[in-house]
Amino acid sequence: MTKKTISLLLALVMVLTLFTGCAKPAEQPAGPAEETPAAPEAPKYSFGMVTDVGGIGDKSFNDSAWAGIDKAAKELGVEAKLLQSTKQDDYTPNLGSMAQSVDLTMAVGFLFEDAMKTSADQYADKKFGVIDTVVDKPNVMSVTFKEHEGSFLVGVIAGLTTKSNVIGFVGGMDFPVIVKFEAGFIAGVKSANPNAKVIVNYTGAFDNPDKGKEVALTQHQQKADVIFHASGACGIGVIQAADEKDFWAIGVDMDQSAESKKNKVLASMIKRVDVATYTVIKAYADDKFNGGAANAIELGLKEEGVGYSDGGKNVSAELAAVVDKYKAAINDGTIVVPGTREDLETFKPVEIK
Amino acid sequence: MENWINELKSSLKNTMKEILYPLAAIVISFIAGAILVYAFGKSPITAYKALFFGALGDWNKIGETLVTTTTLILTGLSVAFAFRCGLFNIGAEGQFIMGGVAALWAGWALSGLPPILHVTVTLLAGALAGGIWAGIVGWLKAKVGSHEVINSIMMNYIAMNLSNYLIMTVFNEPDKAFSYEIAPTAKLWRFAESFVQFKYSRLHTGIIIALIVALIAYYILNKTIRGYEIRAVGFNPSASEYGGINVNRNIILAMVISGLFSGLAGGIQTAGVQYRVNNLFGFTGYGFDGISVALVGNNHPIGVILSGVLFGALQKGGPMMQIEGIPKEVVGIIQGIIILFVASNFVRVMVQKYKENKEIKAQVAKGEVK
Repeated sequence: MTKKTISLLLALVMVLTLFTGCAKPAEQPAGPAEETPAAPEAPKYSFGMVTDVGGIGDKSFNDSAWAGIDKAAKELGVEAKLLQSTKQDDYTPNLGSMAQSVDLTMAVGFLFEDAMKTSADQYADKKFGVIDTVVDKPNVMSVTFKEHEGSFLVGVIAGLTTKSNVIGFVGGMDFPVIVKFEAGFIAGVKSANPNAKVIVNYTGAFDNPDKGKEVALTQHQQKADVIFHASGACGIGVIQAADEKDFWAIGVDMDQSAESKKNKVLASMIKRVDVATYTVIKAYADDKFNGGAANAIELGLKEEGVGYSDGGKNVSAELAAVVDKYKAAINDGTIVVPGTREDLETFKPVEIK
Repeated sequence: MENWINELKSSLKNTMKEILYPLAAIVISFIAGAILVYAFGKSPITAYKALFFGALGDWNKIGETLVTTTTLILTGLSVAFAFRCGLFNIGAEGQFIMGGVAALWAGWALSGLPPILHVTVTLLAGALAGGIWAGIVGWLKAKVGSHEVINSIMMNYIAMNLSNYLIMTVFNEPDKAFSYEIAPTAKLWRFAESFVQFKYSRLHTGIIIALIVALIAYYILNKTIRGYEIRAVGFNPSASEYGGINVNRNIILAMVISGLFSGLAGGIQTAGVQYRVNNLFGFTGYGFDGISVALVGNNHPIGVILSGVLFGALQKGGPMMQIEGIPKEVVGIIQGIIILFVASNFVRVMVQKYKENKEIKAQVAKGEVK
């Protein structure tokens, strides 16, 4: 029994030494900072990001946004702060907590729209940045994307790749932001291949791969051999269907070629969320921060905010050259890509060979 | 009336004794958490400072902590109440979701009612929906004998998907992934309206409701015949049946009451915090947290209040820890360690063993045992 007591005591001593060991490094940086509040090496810039419940590691939005913030932080020589939300109803307090400790608080996604409005009012002296939605507050800088321009390019790729002249589009929910993908994509297909037909379907969800697969298989039965999706996680099902039935899928947001086991992702329409977050921080650091809806930035092809990627090496050099011509035409204003269904109706396909 | 308040007092004294063991367990788990934070290369002092200030640093933080606490107390009570009847209500999550949706409907469709009445009806609608949702599980258990755990898990999924369907169709705010807002008359009064200290927090009268409900739960369980029957069924269903207690009726009743609490939590979430319901990407977690809260609170209404405060503080302090560079997973691990230590009765067992050993040693010394 005494042996046990001694060993317990020893363990306790070990634990205590651990504490003394760690107490010191904690006090050292805190001590001088408190004594001299205006420390000369104190970073001039401070910013952080609040993620949605998806969090870092989602291999999508949040990871990409953080990459841009991290890049800016390294350039400015400061450490960016990160807060990952665990509950959907905690966005407002989380934005508030972040705003209390940094100058510029970033958040990505339209889910933050409401919370951002509230927090921007509560912390009127702090700056905020929001990506993918527009919040009309003087201290909020909004960045959105011209998704239709990127979708146009993959539309061209789809139009020139299809053999059956039937192409599918799978959308998540019928929101204006998803319709941008649809309109741009159809415009791209029609420009490159006037004979092609586009079947449009919506899954009604963003988080249901089974639904995505079901819709893709139905479209494939209707002879579609290239299917573009803008449906979040439903797209994983679209790519699975492409693997099973041997047709092409086109990914969205990030390079999704790794999702396919048989390299059936033709290309991916990418949204550079990292460019967006980097742009906001850069504007803040350069004293060019502009809030309000009127100053909202829209990143398109020209700003490298959208584009396409070919991780699976499925786009041939000739095809890529044609796509580059279309890209140049969009950049110089020869082609104005439609972003709504109304604009699509009046859009005249431009064929470039 | 006064009689049972006195008894409540004396039972509070007993609880103080009961609290000592979990408290010791919590202290030990915080030490374990500190070692963990240290292993991650961060200072435990910074971490706990952030946890403390994040949860209780100023009035707004306290307010936000209490907002979470309100929900956790109610879902904790829900799980604890069912547990007293021997039922494991893992479906608090689904009942919470249904309560939120029902409150949303009442808060919108019945607009025009006078303010206080409208809030009351809204919360009652939430509670009722939760009660029905849990009642189905209870009824299945009583009539068909199917296990409540499996059924309530399935009911969770049904609730989440049904809620999402309704939010994206009938209750949808156009082009948004959430519902429209409830009428102003259906909103719970917020402290921010009169107290400038709580200006930035969403603290609302729900916390008072939660405390009252805890007292009601205590009263039902300990001071009524029905509560006695429910507890008897929890201790031993066969013996209770032999003693003339209708086991099936009590199972259904316990589930319905349990569901009322969770549904009320959902209703309060809609009427006090969110004012609308989001399209959920996954479970909110409040119902599942309720299981931990009930366990740490030893399934006692008063214990649930205290553990609700603890978990509320952990959840609201967590973000501040993250801002200080400590991974969000560490906060989750500390919570897990607390549950492990408290639920396993670790401290009590250790103390008892120590006492037994001492006795044996004393006896050996006296030469009574060889």
